[in-house]
Amino acid sequence: MSSSSDAKTTPKITAQVVAKVAHLARLDLTEAELALMTTQLTGMLDHFGDIDKLDLSAVIPMAQPFPIKNVYREDVVVPGLDRQEVLDNAPVPQDGRFRVPPSNGSES
Amino acid sequence: MSNASSAPSHATILPNGWEMVIGLEVHVELDTKTKLFSASPNHFGDEPNTNIDPVTLGLPGALPVINRRAVELAIRLGLALNCTVQASTFHRKNYFYQDLAKAYQITQYDQPINIDGYMMLPGDVRIGIERAHLEEDTGKSTHFGGTSGRIHGSDYSLVDFNRAGVPLVEIVSRPDIRNADQARQYVSELRSILLAVGASDAKMEEGSMRCDVNVSVRKADEPFGTRCEIKNVNSIRAVGKAIDYEARRQVDVLESGGTIRQETRHWDDAEGRTHTLRVKEDADDYRYFLEPDLVLLDPGAEWVESIRASLPMLPAARRARLSQLTGADKESEAVYVIVERGQDDYVQLVADAGGEPARALVYVQQAFSEAGANPVVPATDLAALTLLERDAKVTATQAKTILAEIVANGGGDAVAIAAAKGFEALDTSAVEAMVDAAIAAQPDAWAKYCAGEEKAMGALVGAIMKSSQGKADGKVVTALLQAKRAK
Repeated sequence: MSSSSDAKTTPKITAQVVAKVAHLARLDLTEAELALMTTQLTGMLDHFGDIDKLDLSAVIPMAQPFPIKNVYREDVVVPGLDRQEVLDNAPVPQDGRFRVPPSNGSES
Repeated sequence: MSNASSAPSHATILPNGWEMVIGLEVHVELDTKTKLFSASPNHFGDEPNTNIDPVTLGLPGALPVINRRAVELAIRLGLALNCTVQASTFHRKNYFYQDLAKAYQITQYDQPINIDGYMMLPGDVRIGIERAHLEEDTGKSTHFGGTSGRIHGSDYSLVDFNRAGVPLVEIVSRPDIRNADQARQYVSELRSILLAVGASDAKMEEGSMRCDVNVSVRKADEPFGTRCEIKNVNSIRAVGKAIDYEARRQVDVLESGGTIRQETRHWDDAEGRTHTLRVKEDADDYRYFLEPDLVLLDPGAEWVESIRASLPMLPAARRARLSQLTGADKESEAVYVIVERGQDDYVQLVADAGGEPARALVYVQQAFSEAGANPVVPATDLAALTLLERDAKVTATQAKTILAEIVANGGGDAVAIAAAKGFEALDTSAVEAMVDAAIAAQPDAWAKYCAGEEKAMGALVGAIMKSSQGKADGKVVTALLQAKRAK
């Protein structure tokens, strides 16, 4: 994540941190997987730690690795997908909508 | 909602030196033909799941491409809110609510397109705008089973993705708002600006403009308290009510020794109260990261300046112009209402046709509430009527009757209508005789009035107006009575 790029010391990845991230991603990890992921994530962060040790003062921070910007689409309607075809592939269609289990919230 | 800005102030005063600190997050749907990242229609009220495509549904391999018009409208709004427009990026906000099929919302995070703006409220109150960023709207979930259709305790939900991916701008104010009146003024003014620049139809009842309200309380000059975010505030009236309720709730909790939890609360308009929706997740829990499928959005100075040049005159400037033309206060209800209706240009036309601007303002406010921005009545007809009243050729009451006839017929010659109706303002000597007669007929009322009882004047005025058959000018009658008492 970009927010860690200024850190001069690599944050320590613990099994608890990995367990929290796994929970947020709704992943059910075994103890063995937790240990493996902890080791792997530590290795990745160590790599960024190595980069942080370099003198990067002359390097302009970039948001994207791509040399292009401003890819636009004009505001013109193009027919999308047929509802019946889409709902035929849904686990539980109902009244033209997707029936889903109750969830923990909504953004709006 | 038309004139919340000029409604009389009834700001809730919290007890014991507590002060409200309020910030607003307003989501507005942009008035585009298609979605933010795909070409399905952006259209309210269609059959569920008829405006969907692979991007909307988050199907594997589907790639977002940004809608140029949505960017333009976001910039129009940002400029109207005095923001700096900058190069910006998109992030994924990861979550598992069922209202987006991708399990993330594409939004702007640390580099939003519009930053550091402000809006002025009546009384020269300046409310900072932290940012106005682009993001995609979510689908619509309807909850079934359990109690009263709420998320909690429901058995299942049905999801319609028509709204998912519709372009939104989220306007985040700084916590500069200090009472419910200011909050309502802010939302009302924002709505006027949105309509003026054509960014959104801003219909709160259809959800194309939605308010989340952040409320905390503190003792004056102390640091900010813990805030609660209130959702489901769906009208300008509800904004005020929800804030007043929530601030009092927090004060009650704190004064009884409790603490405020940072949480999201739901406004129940029928019950007039808020209740806990969910305890707020920390920002980090959404695990924002750069959207790898989108490139830098850098509109550039040339495009931004051409958009700025194309902006119409904004509501505040139009109110100032109308105020200058008519002499009415720029924060008066008449000025707000006329500008909101878009009839200020029409008042100018009446003035240009030789009419008296102040009377034109009053006529238009009274008689053109249904007329829209371009009343069919020729401005010259209204101008003639203002002069007739100004020169005391007709009384205010008679002018009102003539105005009603002109409006009903879509125009008309005020002088001819006055003549046809036998309207003429009586000259002062005739009115004076009537005044003397009324005093002689009602000595008790006159004595009370002379003793300082102002209400007693009403009986005298009423009798005079009646005997003149409405031809006496009420203002002249009042002035004569006052002059006689002063002798």
